[in-house]
Amino acid sequence: MNMIQAINSALDVMMGRDDDVLVMGEDVGYFGGVFRATAGLQQKYGKTRVFDTPITEIGIIGVAIGMGAYGLRPVPEIQFADYIYPALDQLVSEAARLRYRSAGEFTAPITVRSPYGGGIFGGQTHSQSPEGIFTHVSGIKTVIPSTPYDAKGLLIAAIEDNDPVLFLEPKRIYNGPFDGNWDRPAKNWSAHPGGAVPAGYYRIELGKAATVREGGDLTILAYGTMVHVVQAVVEEAGVDAEILDLRTLVPLDIEAIEVSVKKTGRCMIVHEATRTGGFGAELSALVTERCFHHLEAPVERVTGFDTPYPHSLEWAYFPGPVRIGQALKKIMKD
Amino acid sequence: MSGDVPANRPPLSLHVPEPRFRPGDAVDYAHVEVPPAGSARRPEPGDAAASFHELAFGLVRVLDEENRAVGPWAPRLSPDVLRQMLRNMALVRAFDERMFRAQRQGKTSFYMKSTGEEAVSVAAAMAMQRDDMCFPSYRQQGILITRDYSLVEMMNQIYSNRGDKLQGKQLPIMYSAKDYGFFSISGNLATQYPQAVGWAMASAAKGDSRIAATWCGEGSTAEGDFHSALTFATVYRAPVIFNVVNNQWAISSFSGFAGAEATTFAARAVGYGIAGLRIDGNDALAVYAATEWAAERARTNAGPTLIEHFTYRAEGHSTSDDPTAYRSADEATGWPLGDPIRRLRDHLIAIGEWDLERHAAQDLELAEQVKRAQKEAEANGILGHGLHQPLDTLFDGVFEEMPWHLREQQAQMLAEEEASGRPWARK
Repeated sequence: MNMIQAINSALDVMMGRDDDVLVMGEDVGYFGGVFRATAGLQQKYGKTRVFDTPITEIGIIGVAIGMGAYGLRPVPEIQFADYIYPALDQLVSEAARLRYRSAGEFTAPITVRSPYGGGIFGGQTHSQSPEGIFTHVSGIKTVIPSTPYDAKGLLIAAIEDNDPVLFLEPKRIYNGPFDGNWDRPAKNWSAHPGGAVPAGYYRIELGKAATVREGGDLTILAYGTMVHVVQAVVEEAGVDAEILDLRTLVPLDIEAIEVSVKKTGRCMIVHEATRTGGFGAELSALVTERCFHHLEAPVERVTGFDTPYPHSLEWAYFPGPVRIGQALKKIMKD
Repeated sequence: MSGDVPANRPPLSLHVPEPRFRPGDAVDYAHVEVPPAGSARRPEPGDAAASFHELAFGLVRVLDEENRAVGPWAPRLSPDVLRQMLRNMALVRAFDERMFRAQRQGKTSFYMKSTGEEAVSVAAAMAMQRDDMCFPSYRQQGILITRDYSLVEMMNQIYSNRGDKLQGKQLPIMYSAKDYGFFSISGNLATQYPQAVGWAMASAAKGDSRIAATWCGEGSTAEGDFHSALTFATVYRAPVIFNVVNNQWAISSFSGFAGAEATTFAARAVGYGIAGLRIDGNDALAVYAATEWAAERARTNAGPTLIEHFTYRAEGHSTSDDPTAYRSADEATGWPLGDPIRRLRDHLIAIGEWDLERHAAQDLELAEQVKRAQKEAEANGILGHGLHQPLDTLFDGVFEEMPWHLREQQAQMLAEEEASGRPWARK
């Protein structure tokens, strides 16, 4: 399966298992979603469980919270993560706080799916990586898969989770892994082990990183599309790096990070999102605080630049093989 | 930019609304149109939303100048129900008086009264079923009181004391009472509007028979959530009642800053294809009748209703507010729709089911009831006397299960507490 099919399958499995799961969002119903992630679900489960919504992100999230308070398990979709901002108040002030402020009387067991990330010539409003805005909010979980297999297992776990989960889907790798070489032919998931997806129910626990490559010389922390870019750069450079795919940013698998960095003595963090105040800053601080005496070099951050996401200059902006390669040399030299 | 105006065009001017009366001004309400009680027609609950135009611009009133209940909206309630309604409203006012004073005495940090608006919550709650879900703003304490929620529980929350179900986490009056159909109050305005629609949609999707109702002030109608909620509600014909409590003031901003100079708030419903009723919010029988009507409309899948309750915020916005700084002191006393408690009292007297002696005795009794509750609540502590919640509850409920980073921070906090030597640290 590709990642879209895996997500579709996760929704199908969960809707089949639990009558309270429902899917809502712009164009998700009859049409099956602008990325086809919800294709066929309305035909199978009916219009009261899979339905199109008006174009109002405040409404989509606010209504989902109300449905959650009733006892349902809504999976609202925000068409692009770039368009989640109108719903920020509902997510930050309401979904994330509802359990806390009502001392558990009311909860928001919602899973907000949203395609995110760049690498597709999406320009300023179809490329952003806003995860750092949400990891700063207490009460919301943030999950980002990097393979079809993980996408399905993590999405099932997110839907079953009783806390609000932001599930960001790296749209650059919906159809195949991307190694950062935009000028080479695209690959599809059939040749990648992460493309083998069981048809039925399975789950991947939230809060657990995956070691996608074992190594002894340095630890690279990445998630989403960047996992594949990093992997390709590491293989090409012949560096013995350990690559951790974080998969869940909150709650974070701190144990896996600590164990790895203490073993390798070096840590590099890679994300597409802009640098300042990005999630990489939190990771860097945690590694420095907890592994200080094991570090042989300063923690290195490879990120998008602190600019809006450009259109024609995309590949100068994107933290691709060159930027990662240079950072690798720098961190290994120390 | 310079203010240069091309010679052949007239200069534009910006209109900034200004209330009619500022501190010290004499008040004249001649501009407020008050149609006679009983003059508004009562449509069928299933009528098309497009037919409600004049009801959205008019004013549904039941109690007339002689305190009789007249016209097609008169709900014909038994004297027992009317007396209960009066009692509930009077209890809300007694509660408000007592808690306002408690704040002034330093027993809690904050309070908000609903003086003059008691009918809006009490009569509406009485017209709904007990298991219908309410998504209130912070000024509908009358719902809780009408549904017989414990005054002591309310006060425990206000005092953030040992008995506070919300573990001292919430600002006073931000109640939450799921078993009483009272959704957790948020400080963020109008967020409850789309949430109520979602709850109602869920009820409909599940084939349930319960409906939802939500409340906001006229000021909050300017929030984007209001628009989103009305759009969703009309699209899916959600079984929900939107209440807009137009009390003329949003803290210091008069209703003109929410658009009241140009139209009514009920008229907003027209553009969404939602039934809109504008009613006398100080007429408990009008509130009851309109809510009962809207509930019937919702319950028969005929869709949502927006009710504008035309009323007046008789006191300050909150204990942190001094209304004499921005409005005339005469506004409340001169308000043409009077006082909701007094009007219902006089109606009961007019129909021979009540008298001033009983009313005075009831006021005394309610004051005593509130006082007893206060004593009981204060036995659990007041805010001024230190923290009453086990300290480590601070981290409860951020997530269902506590992740490592919160466990670490909790341990840090308890270590700080140990170091401080203060006595209230242990759970």
